Amino acid sequence: MIRAHILVCGGTGCTSNKSLEIIEELKKQIQEKGLSEEVQVVTTGCFGLCAKGPIMVIYPEGAFYHSVTKADVSEIIDEHIIKGRIVKRLLHVEEDTKDVVLSLNETEFLKKQVRVALRNCGVIDPENIDEYIGKDGYQAIGKILTEKMAPQDVIKIIKDSGLRGRGGAGFPTGMKWDFASRSVNDVKYVCCNADEGDPGAFMDRSVLEGDPHVVIEAMTIAGYAIGAHQGYVYIRAEYPIAVKRLGIAIKQAREYGLLGKNIMESGFDFDIDIRLGSGAFVCGEETALMTSIEGFRGEPHPRPPFPAVKGLFQKPTILNNVETYANIPQIIRNGAEWFNQMGTEKSKGTKVFALGGNIVNTGLVEIPMGTTLREVVYDIGGGIPNGRKFKAAQTGGPSGGCIPAEHIDIPIDYDNLISIGSMMGSGGLIVMDDSKCMVDIAKFFLEFTVDESCGKCTPCRIGIRRLLEMLTKVTDGTATMEDLDKMEELCYYIKDNSLCGLGQTAPNPVLSTLRYFRNEYEAHVKEKRCPAGVCKKLISYVIDPEKCKGCTLCARNCPAGAISGEVRKPHVIDKSKCVKCGVCMDNCKFGAISKK
Amino acid sequence: MSKICQVEFKETAEQAKKLQEIIENYKHVEGAAMPVLQQAQDIYGYLPEEVQKRIAEGLGVSEEFIYGVATFYSQFTMNPRGQYNFSVCLGTACYVKGSGDIMAKLKDTLKINEGECTPDGIASIQATRCIGCCGLAPVMVVNSDVYGKLTVDDVPKIVDKYLKK
Repeated sequence: MIRAHILVCGGTGCTSNKSLEIIEELKKQIQEKGLSEEVQVVTTGCFGLCAKGPIMVIYPEGAFYHSVTKADVSEIIDEHIIKGRIVKRLLHVEEDTKDVVLSLNETEFLKKQVRVALRNCGVIDPENIDEYIGKDGYQAIGKILTEKMAPQDVIKIIKDSGLRGRGGAGFPTGMKWDFASRSVNDVKYVCCNADEGDPGAFMDRSVLEGDPHVVIEAMTIAGYAIGAHQGYVYIRAEYPIAVKRLGIAIKQAREYGLLGKNIMESGFDFDIDIRLGSGAFVCGEETALMTSIEGFRGEPHPRPPFPAVKGLFQKPTILNNVETYANIPQIIRNGAEWFNQMGTEKSKGTKVFALGGNIVNTGLVEIPMGTTLREVVYDIGGGIPNGRKFKAAQTGGPSGGCIPAEHIDIPIDYDNLISIGSMMGSGGLIVMDDSKCMVDIAKFFLEFTVDESCGKCTPCRIGIRRLLEMLTKVTDGTATMEDLDKMEELCYYIKDNSLCGLGQTAPNPVLSTLRYFRNEYEAHVKEKRCPAGVCKKLISYVIDPEKCKGCTLCARNCPAGAISGEVRKPHVIDKSKCVKCGVCMDNCKFGAISKK
Repeated sequence: MSKICQVEFKETAEQAKKLQEIIENYKHVEGAAMPVLQQAQDIYGYLPEEVQKRIAEGLGVSEEFIYGVATFYSQFTMNPRGQYNFSVCLGTACYVKGSGDIMAKLKDTLKINEGECTPDGIASIQATRCIGCCGLAPVMVVNSDVYGKLTVDDVPKIVDKYLKK
């Protein structure tokens, strides 16, 4: 009789923090102490609070232990499992109130969250189909097939729910399915976009790692709705755990007769294959993704024809993102109304964000649409570390824009974010504190898109490279005010003329920082100064003669030999030799060196 | 541009046999080029010209086509990687937490650039986009060991750990 379950996170964040060693040690000690019949160790997907990993939850108490190490295992077994005493030192302590919290659900981090897409992540063993079935899994497809629902009725439920694509553009999912269902063809395809390319976003990876069957079930439903019998999941090769678990899930689903021929004796056939990406950001664009599955260079092509008419292998195709699919089975089970009660007028349901950057609780959060950015950053995210101030949040990655402090109370939904020059994107949400230079950030994203532009169309291939050169002039302090105007003009030109979403959105990081932080650009141009002290060419280190004691520490550590001075007398930095590495400032014990 | 490592192509009979099997398996599959190249790279560690030629022949497509696909995707490499491949995450979350400085220090320590391999074939540097453990930012991965929450000072210590093995 199993009396306790120990759940340990086996997601990428925690395994990188050696959670698999903890699992091994747990199993070993449980065996040694003869507890194998009473205690079960379960490897789960992501719990969300990645900053505190590795994470462990023990039921029936629901005790939430964080930052667990292999050395803690024997205490956990002896105290918690054998004597029934909670190991208090491993519990979570709230940053501001210093309250000790027993269960994960009681943390400030989770209180404002609503878990729909992430429902099973951190709850079930993703490598065991029975656990998914135990959480009502495969009931939605079961309902559709056994009640012989008409495909149009399935599409109507999705349409009525108001679900919009979670990959970034926010196109209504039901409408997409409807278009594809109306295309007449014997062969159609259902594709899943798991090529999560936005650097700093890991929502889709967590769903695939924590709950892979939900994607299989949803794709089967989509196949039934549009009349397709084959699905493809296009997934990044950089996500080995997700690839492995999805592979296991597909195999199990086939064994249970939930994929393949004659699913649930209904006469409906559907199967899924995995295709790996090989590191090309542009393959997140739908036409490029399909070209890549066909085995070619992943270049996009003009629409129309839209994929719903002519997609993969020239057949009608629908492509949805992982998180979109993760909502589907629940909408079918609980009804459209259940779903569209959540969220705002035009954005229904929830959205998963990967919260990262300068924030206390780095991790995965799922919030109802309409939650404000302030709630996400301060209530859920725990605020900005190191006593720094919130400067901006970046959403939508290289295609998105930044949200400055003045808009922190804006309710997050598709349309609000567009109206302030950002976008929902796939869900990367990077918080930046006041030590970040916004020109440098814009340059970072542009370097990314220059690298990832496929080169097919000129505005993107050449345009964004020119834009990057102009930005580099700004960070080098050689730009003029006319350059800023030219930059803006070029941005709009690239947006209007590029072939696909990559080029059309690439200038967004520049436009949005120009809009909200124009004063920073102007400081670089007019005063040759980087206000945040990031852009190397524009900063200089100086020694305050009042504070300098002449200890010679800085001169001895300077790699360029740029510091000179007599012992016990103020030193000076030779600006022509200085390489601006900052070693002197880090080493000074008297705070005499500053960056200007 | 990174330096092309001029390593002579060598293979074992086993490697050649494996490649042949993969090509046979995929011969009649639509869109075979990507999976075949991916698996070929798993066998050889990179995609030498000779291997690309054999794939083209086996799948009945031109060499230019295979080369075109292989050069389009950043995960494919024509250069062998070092025995220890140091890859630094330059995703946004890591960048905001200073991974740019980590990369600079790594280049300085190993005296090679991104995408290059040391002349003795021991170490190579690679920049990766988000590997998805943003909670540990900034992150560096050496082969399959993950190092998180790095500071610039950690870099030479980690390098030493491998090079002095």
